[in-house]
Amino acid sequence: MEEIILKVENLSVELDGKEVIKNLSFEVKRGDILTILGPNGAGKTTLLKTLLGILPYKGKIEWKEGIKTGYVPQRLPFIKDIPISILEFLKLKNGDIKKIKEILNSIGFEEDFLEKEMGELSSGQFQRILIAWVLLGDPDILLFDEPTSGIDILGKETIYQLLERLKKEKNLTILLVTHDLSVIYKFSNYVLCLNKCPICQGSPKEILTKEALQKLYGEEIKFYEHHKHE
Amino acid sequence: MDQFLLSLIAGIFIGGVAGYLGTLMFSKRMSLVADPLSHLTLPGIALALLYGFDVSLGAFPFVILGIILIWFFEKKTKLPMEALTAIVFVAGVAISFLFLPIEEAETALVGDITKITLRDVIINVVLCLLIFFTVKKIYPKMVLINISEDLAKAEKINVEKYNFIYLLIVAIIVSLGAKMVGGLLTTALIAIPSATSRNVSKSLSQFSLFGLLFGVLSTLLGILLFKITGLPAGPLIVIVATLFFLISIIFKN
Repeated sequence: MEEIILKVENLSVELDGKEVIKNLSFEVKRGDILTILGPNGAGKTTLLKTLLGILPYKGKIEWKEGIKTGYVPQRLPFIKDIPISILEFLKLKNGDIKKIKEILNSIGFEEDFLEKEMGELSSGQFQRILIAWVLLGDPDILLFDEPTSGIDILGKETIYQLLERLKKEKNLTILLVTHDLSVIYKFSNYVLCLNKCPICQGSPKEILTKEALQKLYGEEIKFYEHHKHE
Repeated sequence: MDQFLLSLIAGIFIGGVAGYLGTLMFSKRMSLVADPLSHLTLPGIALALLYGFDVSLGAFPFVILGIILIWFFEKKTKLPMEALTAIVFVAGVAISFLFLPIEEAETALVGDITKITLRDVIINVVLCLLIFFTVKKIYPKMVLINISEDLAKAEKINVEKYNFIYLLIVAIIVSLGAKMVGGLLTTALIAIPSATSRNVSKSLSQFSLFGLLFGVLSTLLGILLFKITGLPAGPLIVIVATLFFLISIIFKN
């Protein structure tokens, strides 16, 4: 099970002339749950988008051949402007209605839910529908930007429990951006810290030491204080 | 063929397709961009009236030029789209009034359907059908792009290509609309039916269908009122469209 499905070497990404990611190298094995950790503006979302081929970069990004990616964005602020039902939204990804219904059931929704408007969903429901969206593409790996950690309407299964179950059922690999440290201990097996340049990576126990976290977030705190006083 | 019937056929087709396309522009939060673009038709209309060729034909290159300019300025300056469209659009209006004969100004501003010929109608209908089927084809992908470009790119959709086709279609519709309701009011054909439709729709299929229907009904009733009252058709169409919008507010929950 040591199959490497993504290899990143010396990755650098510039956004509007600013270097957001610099010389980043890491590997992802099939079945990994890799968490990307770092303060705001550290380039977490940028990293996900770069891996998906949305942004230009320097360095090497090597996906194993035939690997299918699924992207779950942080939020879709504009979707509320458009009257679109859940079914219509999911059909933009895959027109197979039977499959849409199957996946909807597997993430804990009834079929009649499909007629509901996307704009009317709670944030937990919305995130589940986005998960249904990526599952419709039969992905090998999910790239998930900041799942909400709150309890869902069903009150039983959080997003993380759902992801854990799906990972087992579908042998998924997951790349996750999050701020939630407790989630990392419980859920992920590899952590990648980002703060412009890579500070650390490894298993959560090795990595999430006080020193490392201070190094990761501490500078940001100082930076803000500095600004306040000026 | 009867002049009134010709106007009616041309009007219904343009109104319907503009309303349908309008729903796509609405979801791109671009309804207002149609406004400056429609004003950009004015120099073209002025030239067409001066030299006696087709108003839509005169308008089209100016709209295309406007789109290219706005795109170019945006890339160069990174200023907000609204500011740039405003600049391009007032420049267009100013230029047209430098050489637009004053007695033709009304035609340029509010259109004149009584001048429509059978040949115009045939060209109109063919173009409208072509646009309708193109919009229908790109509709799902455009909606996804409008929801999130990142999500669309993650689906390997060529966003630039679709945006280009879309803008080209907008330019054609704005040019066609210019003849019908004039350079000043073309936006109305695009913006109002879609806003009305948004008020009464709960799904994408309803939204696009009602956009088309309100477009057709507005032009149809507007032209009928023109026949009865003798007032200019362009403004009447827009007023009917606005009335539909006002009524739709009641149905919005």
